[in-house]
Amino acid sequence: MGLPLMMERSSNNNDNKNNVVELSRVAVSDTHGEDSPYFAGWKAYDENPYDESYNPSGVIQMGLAENQVSFDLLESYLEKKNPEGSMWGSKGAPGFRENALFQDYHGLKSFRQAMASFMEQIRGGKARFDPDRIVLTAGATAANELLTFILADPNDALLVPTPYYPGFDRDLRWRTGVKIVPIHCDSSNNFQITPEALESAYQTAREANIRVRGVLITNPSNPLGATVQKKVLEDLLDFCVRKNIHLVSDEIYSGSVFHASEFTSVAEIVENIDDVSFKERVHIVYSLSKDLGLPGFRVGTIYSYNDNVVRTARRMSSFTLVSSQTQHMLASMLSDEAFTEKYIRINRERLRRRYETIVDGLKKAGIECLKGNAGLFCWMNLGFLLEKKTKEGELELWDVILKELKLNISPGSSCHCTEFGWFRVCFANMSEKTLELALKRIHEFMDKRRSF
Amino acid sequence: MTRAGIYRSGTPDSETSPGSDGSGRGGGGTTAAMRVIVPLQGVVQGRGGLVLGSVIPCAVFYFLQFYLKRNRRDEPNPNSQNSASSPGSEPNNSDSSSPTQSEHIGLSRSLSRVILSPRNSGGHVSVSGRANSILKGGDSPYYAGQKRVEEDPYDESGNPDGIIELGSAQNKLSLDVSENWISENSEERISIGLSLSGIASYEPSDGLMELKMVVARLMSTATKNAVSFDPSQLVLTSGAASAMEILSFCLADSGNAFLVPTPCSPRFDVDVKWRTGVETIHVPCRSSDGFNISVTALDRSFSQAKKRGVRIRGIIISNPSNPMGSLLSRETLYALLDFAREKNIHIISNEIFAGSIHGDEEEEAEFVSIAEIADTEEFLDKERVHIVYDLSKDLSCPGLRTGAIYSFNENVLAASRKLTTLSPVSSPSQHLLISAISKPEFIETYVRTNRQRLKRTYSEFVNGLKELGIECTRSHGGLFCWADMRGLISSYSEKGEMELWNKFLNIGKINVTPGSCCHCIEPGWFRFCFSNLSEKDVIVVMNRIRKVLFNM
Repeated sequence: MGLPLMMERSSNNNDNKNNVVELSRVAVSDTHGEDSPYFAGWKAYDENPYDESYNPSGVIQMGLAENQVSFDLLESYLEKKNPEGSMWGSKGAPGFRENALFQDYHGLKSFRQAMASFMEQIRGGKARFDPDRIVLTAGATAANELLTFILADPNDALLVPTPYYPGFDRDLRWRTGVKIVPIHCDSSNNFQITPEALESAYQTAREANIRVRGVLITNPSNPLGATVQKKVLEDLLDFCVRKNIHLVSDEIYSGSVFHASEFTSVAEIVENIDDVSFKERVHIVYSLSKDLGLPGFRVGTIYSYNDNVVRTARRMSSFTLVSSQTQHMLASMLSDEAFTEKYIRINRERLRRRYETIVDGLKKAGIECLKGNAGLFCWMNLGFLLEKKTKEGELELWDVILKELKLNISPGSSCHCTEFGWFRVCFANMSEKTLELALKRIHEFMDKRRSF
Repeated sequence: MTRAGIYRSGTPDSETSPGSDGSGRGGGGTTAAMRVIVPLQGVVQGRGGLVLGSVIPCAVFYFLQFYLKRNRRDEPNPNSQNSASSPGSEPNNSDSSSPTQSEHIGLSRSLSRVILSPRNSGGHVSVSGRANSILKGGDSPYYAGQKRVEEDPYDESGNPDGIIELGSAQNKLSLDVSENWISENSEERISIGLSLSGIASYEPSDGLMELKMVVARLMSTATKNAVSFDPSQLVLTSGAASAMEILSFCLADSGNAFLVPTPCSPRFDVDVKWRTGVETIHVPCRSSDGFNISVTALDRSFSQAKKRGVRIRGIIISNPSNPMGSLLSRETLYALLDFAREKNIHIISNEIFAGSIHGDEEEEAEFVSIAEIADTEEFLDKERVHIVYDLSKDLSCPGLRTGAIYSFNENVLAASRKLTTLSPVSSPSQHLLISAISKPEFIETYVRTNRQRLKRTYSEFVNGLKELGIECTRSHGGLFCWADMRGLISSYSEKGEMELWNKFLNIGKINVTPGSCCHCIEPGWFRFCFSNLSEKDVIVVMNRIRKVLFNM
């Protein structure tokens, strides 16, 4: 065919609108949700980030659920055990060859064993995890999307209790074509899931001719910062059995429950069940990003009691694999039970103290929070400050808090909360000093309001 | 309620074990049931016609089920089917009919057939269509071979009779170069200010700019600096599979298709199609043309697709090609771009082997990246050109999972950046790569050494095959040779090809890729990956192939 004919082109710019090549619907859709306030606040922070010395009046990021309170423990461990070899795992630099070549999507056996052992420790040994049921993904985000691809077809739905993590809109829906039907929860019972709400959500889907494939919960909950009660878990499992659907439990904050005894994992509930038809609808998502504060490492897992799901997930994980070097690096640390026991204990304790600091501080300013017992955030009620209890009213207040107090917090509406005026406030991604400053700003704001 | 309705329950979603003879539990139940029903129907049909022929067996059936259900209530039921065969149905319908139906027939079905997984039997809850396509698909030779190698891997000292892997595209020839360089040079970065917090926190999902600069430099070096790749047009992701899938999601809707000249990489089926719902339309190239791409053939496929109502969104090519290892000429690239512009579609160029060119300039082995063509001022609509790259192939470090999308289209980049949050590159690995390979000296040393070694092993391998009477196409790049074994297969068909593949695996104990996995329209071609092999290994492989040939 030879060289192109240049005569057809009249202008020297890319203004050939007649022939602009198109992208897919997925590419142009906004299901990624990055235009929501949840992400808009991040932008504001990026433009004017608080820094203790250089920018003390900048925006304090309280919208990012990251755990920095226990970093020192990890650092000192890694330095002590593997001074130079830490990048390569226990073998040091000679480990490079193994690291570099290993590309099996099963994941390193030693790492899976380490993950299984770590997950067991978090649950106080109340459930056992089989390393061969662990599938590795590059983060919990990927794990949730992967499970959605496996459990549901396009235009099917997952039931998700509100309020929920804003990222689910992207992770569960964007590429999968699967819908989210909300299970409405409200403050009348501390936002716990009721059988009525479950049934109602299910019926809503049926009436719209949408096939429900499963329920996806986060336990402990994001954004509530509270564990799901054992009775509720049992009811959920019953519901899923009756409707013959799946149950996905995202337990990414399980290591961040302040008192270990208050957390019941769905793994405990199925532990003593022999009936396979009960068990194989249960799947757990976990990640090291929150409990260990290592989001950059991108380590997520799917744990499933369903062989077919494990098999498929493993194959599908070829799209989202965890670096073998990362696996090496973490395997020995996670299987060091003395260390992990200490880490988990101290991490819980520090988070609990932070939580109490912020909740007490808010209380003194006249602000109530939901009674929480886990996670990296608190669920704060500013409903009484809203002139109109609507989404617009809430977003106006959010904007004021962002612009005047220079605090980026997450409005409940971005979490699909049906009651307006609730906000998620993160407390673990900053120093204690910064937290106190944030509280100070809130106090001043509340004082000013009272004096009007 | 037709007869068919009774039998259908359970089969669609039933988990057929891979490699089974096609009839899963559902199938077994059906055939057995037919043994009862058909004679019955025949009897009735003599008098009552079709209606009674259907009604009476139905009635009998339901009676029996009812009876059996009452009596077999508490027996654990390993045969129960997936209930979600008909979308939207409540469990009631399917559940009641299937389990007891199979029980009643009382087949002496062996337990191994019934229980589909070693651990426990199939459950009641169903998985998606996408998952089922994997579960039902069984294992293609591509995966089956991989599995055998995993179970019995060759090791010169430890397991000399093990299976030698010639199937997957891995390059071990120059690993020592990376190894040495990294152990000498990475300490620096680790100790200076590389605290855990520095590498542990969230970072841009599409990769650190420093790493992108390294990748851009590598890509430029591969073109001998004919192209200067811009790091800001890169999106990093956890491997080439992910990069390809992301592009597939961005450029096509479910139900659309890409034109793919074949033979092609065995991975395209999974990467491009699986979760996206996008189709691949194979455009066969022929040995008589040297397996070169013909735009006429592309055009014909395009028109045929259009007639069928399928919208083509782009073409996917590999350069160097997989499996042939040939380099696309400038003319071909220009022609492809012309075609793409004329039809207003995209081009994805899979250039993951760009750094593995081993042919000489004398042989006119010049790697021309499609970026070079697109970048020239004649082509204003570069928005249709996208490149997939993979650090793992060129640098022998697949475990570190670093793939890349390079595009001139800002919208594609924006969408890809968001999509790659679902398959990001691990932070410590990024830092590692930056510290280890960012020095230009390393890149140049590596690429040069790699080229030399690839060239050497390639010639040894090809000559070895030649001595055995097997010819290969001329390959200038990549990690494979494409061998013509058409004269050695028992019948000129896929069956004949698979027979030979099996012999290679079981008698020769080598895992090779049959042409059918690459969608080659001519049976009898095989792909061998030679970059896994040391000099000694090549000799071992040749001996094993000889063994197979003499055993035919």
